[in-house]
Amino acid sequence: MLSRVAERLYWMARYLERAENNARMIMAFNSLALDMPRQTQLSWKGLVAVTGTGALFDQHYQRADERNCVKFLMADSYNPSSIASCIAAARENVRTTRDQVPTDAWEVINELYRHIQEHIDQGIGKRARYEFLNEIVGRCQMLNGLLAGCMSHDEGYDFIRVGRNLERADMATRQIEVGALQFLDGWDGTETYGGLLWTSVLRYQSAFQMYRHNVRRKVSGPLVIRFLLQNEPFPRSVLHSLSEVANALGRLPRNEIPLRTALQAVRHTREGDVDALIRKEDVILFLENLQLEIGELHDDIAETWFPVYETA
Amino acid sequence: MKKNKSIDWKNYDPNTFYDELIAAKGKPRKAATAITDYLGNLGSEEIQARQQAAELAILEMGISFTIYSEGENIDRAWPFDIIPRVISLREWETIEQGLAQRLTALNMFINDIYNEQKIVTDKVIPKYVFANSKNFREQCRGFTPPLGVWAHICGSDLVRDKDGKVYVLEDNLRVPSGVSYMLENRQLTKRVFPELFDNTSILPVDDYTNQLFDMLASISPRPQDHPRIAVLTPGIFNSAYFEHSFLAQRMGAELVEGADLVVGEDDCVYMRTVEGLERVDVIYRRIDDDFLDPEVFRADSALGVPGLMRAWRNGKVGLANAPGAGVADDKVIYAYVPDMIRYYLDEEPIIPNVPTYMCVNKQDQEYVLEHLDELVVKPANESGGYGMLVGPHSTKKQRTEFARLIKKNPRNYIAQPTLSLSVAPTLCDEGLAPRHLDLRPFVLQGVRTYVTAGGLTRVAMRKGSLVVNSSQGGGSKDTWIVDEEN
Repeated sequence: MLSRVAERLYWMARYLERAENNARMIMAFNSLALDMPRQTQLSWKGLVAVTGTGALFDQHYQRADERNCVKFLMADSYNPSSIASCIAAARENVRTTRDQVPTDAWEVINELYRHIQEHIDQGIGKRARYEFLNEIVGRCQMLNGLLAGCMSHDEGYDFIRVGRNLERADMATRQIEVGALQFLDGWDGTETYGGLLWTSVLRYQSAFQMYRHNVRRKVSGPLVIRFLLQNEPFPRSVLHSLSEVANALGRLPRNEIPLRTALQAVRHTREGDVDALIRKEDVILFLENLQLEIGELHDDIAETWFPVYETA
Repeated sequence: MKKNKSIDWKNYDPNTFYDELIAAKGKPRKAATAITDYLGNLGSEEIQARQQAAELAILEMGISFTIYSEGENIDRAWPFDIIPRVISLREWETIEQGLAQRLTALNMFINDIYNEQKIVTDKVIPKYVFANSKNFREQCRGFTPPLGVWAHICGSDLVRDKDGKVYVLEDNLRVPSGVSYMLENRQLTKRVFPELFDNTSILPVDDYTNQLFDMLASISPRPQDHPRIAVLTPGIFNSAYFEHSFLAQRMGAELVEGADLVVGEDDCVYMRTVEGLERVDVIYRRIDDDFLDPEVFRADSALGVPGLMRAWRNGKVGLANAPGAGVADDKVIYAYVPDMIRYYLDEEPIIPNVPTYMCVNKQDQEYVLEHLDELVVKPANESGGYGMLVGPHSTKKQRTEFARLIKKNPRNYIAQPTLSLSVAPTLCDEGLAPRHLDLRPFVLQGVRTYVTAGGLTRVAMRKGSLVVNSSQGGGSKDTWIVDEEN
């Protein structure tokens, strides 16, 4: 398979996953915001921080209110991580690899793109926001299903799996980190709502129900962090996602360097002693190191398989 | 508000033009009766609903073309009119033979002028005609590609005049596009009018990509069962990118850009894959000669592959169309095609050319300059309907400008009488109305010659307009070759 095609499939999967994650996250936070009493000011800016685009946001907006944040996260075309940008980028990557992915998959992503173009205002407004986002999540899932069910599980599919799971792990570490920054502080302060706040962090990854099944204890910061980081069976946990990356890499040719980095990241995730990381600073440091490793893994993948772009 | 009024063919008036579906007011042509009867019973609301269904399907299927406008590339939905254009099988069989005849002669001509140039020695064509052609490639001299074929894929534009006679308007031998839309148009019609296919014998078009694959495989330098075929595209910003991707997908070929390919020390062409380098046997290139190989042609080309010409001349890779094939695309050379057919094949041309005045001939030029308001003037080397003067629709200022251009560079201009292009009923804002159209069939030549059943019908959607190019607001129709006897 062409190096360029491998790169585009990888990015297609990353962008799709990013769009889906953003949609889930906004839905969860939206629901939390409705639950919280009016005097508790929830910061929508935290969501922007999760996507790592805080500085960009500040360039364009004075006030980090709900409308601005939601618009930035969903619609703004200058934000490369907005849902609209991600879907446009994913579509572009499929458009340029249409000869590789099943035709149905192209039609689904193409319709999703048009759906967002047409209905983005509904998503920004409050009334139909849930329906709009839910539709996006549903269509992303449909696309993943189509790829899993109709595309040969060959090298191309492995690059898709690598992209999807690397993005998922990256996003999960950021969500945990921002959750820790915001809510570990209020360990005692917002005790009343601590459960609710951490529940919403679980819901970013649609993990609440599975947490309940597995943990069977009250929702608290350290337990949530441990679940999202290390619960191996849960498909959106960091450990599970990174293991999936390593599995897919294991099947690709000339994989020594990226595979070594991936296995190392898996080991660090598994061995992280969350109970010992009770202090906020330690948690943040641990997560930031993990993010560096994820970034390094991407670089190794790009260097090993993707085309080299000569600067003319 | 019209309330479900059905189409009354008695109210449809093609005026003095030849209509593809209607012989005279209220009288459909025999091959078209199935479709006209059917539409007559549908009612205008239902027809509108089907048109909308087709447009939705186009968006869903992502059938698009790209235009460059105001510094941006815009992806436009493919314009499609649901009412098919119908040609009887009996008439088509003659056209098919004519197209095969034409491409055979053209290929013999190209091979001749890059080698012995017998046609010049025998004084059938003056040398300056091709020696000055922008698309004559000195680098191709003294070479004969496999099978002696240079133009493997040809898209010739056919038009029908007032009297119903079919002419060849031009031959596209460089990188003719549109075939994917021909195939998609049929998919759309099958979605929109499935009932019609039950009772009418319409020739299928879907075999094209298999034929294309077989033809490409036949020029592989390594005779084997599994040649590696690549479609070379200039990239996503090209107006025909949709088609490049479509054809690669249908053939199971790799869709590559120049940067994906590299020519090795052994003169073989390789593509960069995740496994390392893999050899490519045949390249269906969709980029122009100029950009193909920066070592030989334009050095600043970032789209091409350095060393590709070397690989081709050494027989390590098949290239379709061969570099230099575009020489016969030239509109001055076009004027000589009937002579080529007589010279190489000793046959009379089956499909005539449109009469052509060559401005390089003193007499012709005088005539052209005196009759600019009646003629269509075209530059010899442009495609896509750019740089043309349509006399009857032109302003005085435009004519003065063209007179200046012609005198400055007579070799680069030809003129033809303005044909009364045929029309067909087309859904417009005002309802069903006649619109002008042409036809681009596609011809493949390898070991055998294959002609598509019909081709891409392009329609000028504006009333009275003769410009059918999609880049300039043209639309398209499905083309049916109908066997009336069955």
